[in-house]
Amino acid sequence: MIKRLLKQAWEVLDDRLGIRALVEPIMKHPVPSGARWWYVFGSATLIAFLVQIASGVTLAFSYIASSSQAYETLLFITNDAPFGNFLRGLHYYGASAMVLMVGLHMAQVFLAGSYKYPRELNWITGVLLLVFTLGMGFTGQLLRWDQNATWSVVVGAEQAGRSPVIGEHIARFILGGETIGGATLSRFFAIHVFLIPAMIFVFLGIHVYLVMRHGISEPPKPGELVDPKTYKKKYDELLKKDGVPFWPDAAWRDVVFGVVMVGGIILLASMLGPPALDKPPDPSLTDASPRPDWYLLWYFAVLSLMPANLETALILGAPLLVGGLLFSAPFLSNRGERSARRRPWAVAMVVVTVLMIGSLWIVGAQSNWSPNFKVEPLSAEIVGATTGPVAEGARSFHDKACLNCHLIEGQGGRRGPNLSRIGEKLTHDQMIIRINTGGRNMPAFAAILTPVELDGLVAFLESRKAPGGK
Amino acid sequence: MKDDKTDPLAPHGHGPPPPESPEVATRRRFLARVSIGLSGCAGLAVAAPMGGFIIAPLFRKVPHEWRPVGKLTDFKVGETVGVTFMDASPLPWAGVTAKTAAWLRRVSVEKFTAFSVNCAHLGCPVRWLPDAHLFMCPCHGGVYYADGTVAAGPPPHSLSQYASRINGDAVEIHTEPIPID
Repeated sequence: MIKRLLKQAWEVLDDRLGIRALVEPIMKHPVPSGARWWYVFGSATLIAFLVQIASGVTLAFSYIASSSQAYETLLFITNDAPFGNFLRGLHYYGASAMVLMVGLHMAQVFLAGSYKYPRELNWITGVLLLVFTLGMGFTGQLLRWDQNATWSVVVGAEQAGRSPVIGEHIARFILGGETIGGATLSRFFAIHVFLIPAMIFVFLGIHVYLVMRHGISEPPKPGELVDPKTYKKKYDELLKKDGVPFWPDAAWRDVVFGVVMVGGIILLASMLGPPALDKPPDPSLTDASPRPDWYLLWYFAVLSLMPANLETALILGAPLLVGGLLFSAPFLSNRGERSARRRPWAVAMVVVTVLMIGSLWIVGAQSNWSPNFKVEPLSAEIVGATTGPVAEGARSFHDKACLNCHLIEGQGGRRGPNLSRIGEKLTHDQMIIRINTGGRNMPAFAAILTPVELDGLVAFLESRKAPGGK
Repeated sequence: MKDDKTDPLAPHGHGPPPPESPEVATRRRFLARVSIGLSGCAGLAVAAPMGGFIIAPLFRKVPHEWRPVGKLTDFKVGETVGVTFMDASPLPWAGVTAKTAAWLRRVSVEKFTAFSVNCAHLGCPVRWLPDAHLFMCPCHGGVYYADGTVAAGPPPHSLSQYASRINGDAVEIHTEPIPID
């Protein structure tokens, strides 16, 4: 009886709303049967986005986007609110998963040549979604609104400020005025919570619509070329012969992978928790070391390693060049071979990109170019003396900030060369010249050191030899 | 999906429209253009103030102020110390973000130099190391001498400076925007 009533109610609703007519063709549309585990990254990105919407909306129940209160609300969410710490972690690792999945999806689509005819606009909308995803990552980090966030805004504004003519205007737009202040956070909140998500919804809609319109690309086979004149006919024939309904034949893999990914996000959020909050967002506190979140660490390394004379050109030109290349990929080659086995250059590009970003990421995480501000004075054991010129020199080596940039027996900074064995490499006079005149990455200390300090420093450096060395 | 028969959004029972006469076609063209034009005007009327609202901070004239940062007797000749002051015209909800810092150096009895804390490279906060007489940047390793000139690393030029003055027994700094190069 109840079952019959429910069925009747459903029939009435479906007649008025046309749910089945809308959903069934989407769920049942045929896809190539060979589409297997390589095809799960797109839906995984979508699932990660859904996690972000859910966790973001939940966090917004307590977060106040005010420059004076955001930090306190984050402290409350992290330390006091039930599940608050977990939810922040969920949002952070969800963002990480989204960045990772969008990258994997893009690499898979590129390697499978799926961006070629007739799916050029699938690729273009995908590139835009990548840009929006990274934009969400950057703006999301700023909403943490701690010391790291406020200085990251300044670094972002300074980079934008390098643009010719309108640079200063863009920088002021980012800051919300002339300095960090009341207007800064609220505009990033609006961009992170309303503007970019709205763009993601629009372009995600177009992206999925295009996937439906052109179908999921069949796994490429070496020697099977894309010819715009014949492709659609061949694809239709393939679906008639070998197609399976998307739901559930293909979708189950998306579901399984998505569930595993969400499980991973939950596990990381529970075990590791969210990134720790830095000090309050007080721009007058100068003991800050701004760092981006992991997915932009590689760019932090680029900013540090690029040659100074090319800096502005690279800051402005490189994103335009990379963006231009990504957008133009389907127009540079929208036909011919799809299989990665016959496209060695495509494979090389992906491998080089992964290696480059991976290497820069590692270098960025180490950030050896940054002075080490936490160094303690060298111990008597390392110095090898407690009195006399060597001991005095070791003290100067610490006090004059040499140790901030140079390593002695594993202690100190890594910006300059390791000086643990410098006594075997430079003569007394060479040391004096080097210390007094400095270099491109080393200050000249002639006006900073007294003659006594210089003598002590040289004595200390001359004593830096391998054990038993003369 | 390319077949109209399978279009899930196609309403039931609606066939193609009947053929139109030239008069009807002209009228429809006119109505379409009027509709699009009116919508465009309405959209523009709504969007223009929105755009103005969003970019307003670019054009907000902030009257810069002299801010006291300490008594004259607080600063020793030859020393550089960090000082804190308020922005020129902070919004009421700015909280601690309305604060700014500078490195103030008493060059002589009568003269002060106030350096911006923002590294000339990418704006990170430089730190003063008093024993080394150097400013160091934690981000990309920029180093400056005590007079603000570049000593090492990527900064393209010296540290920016604020105007400073002695007013009675107080030392004052003139507020400035974050230096953007």
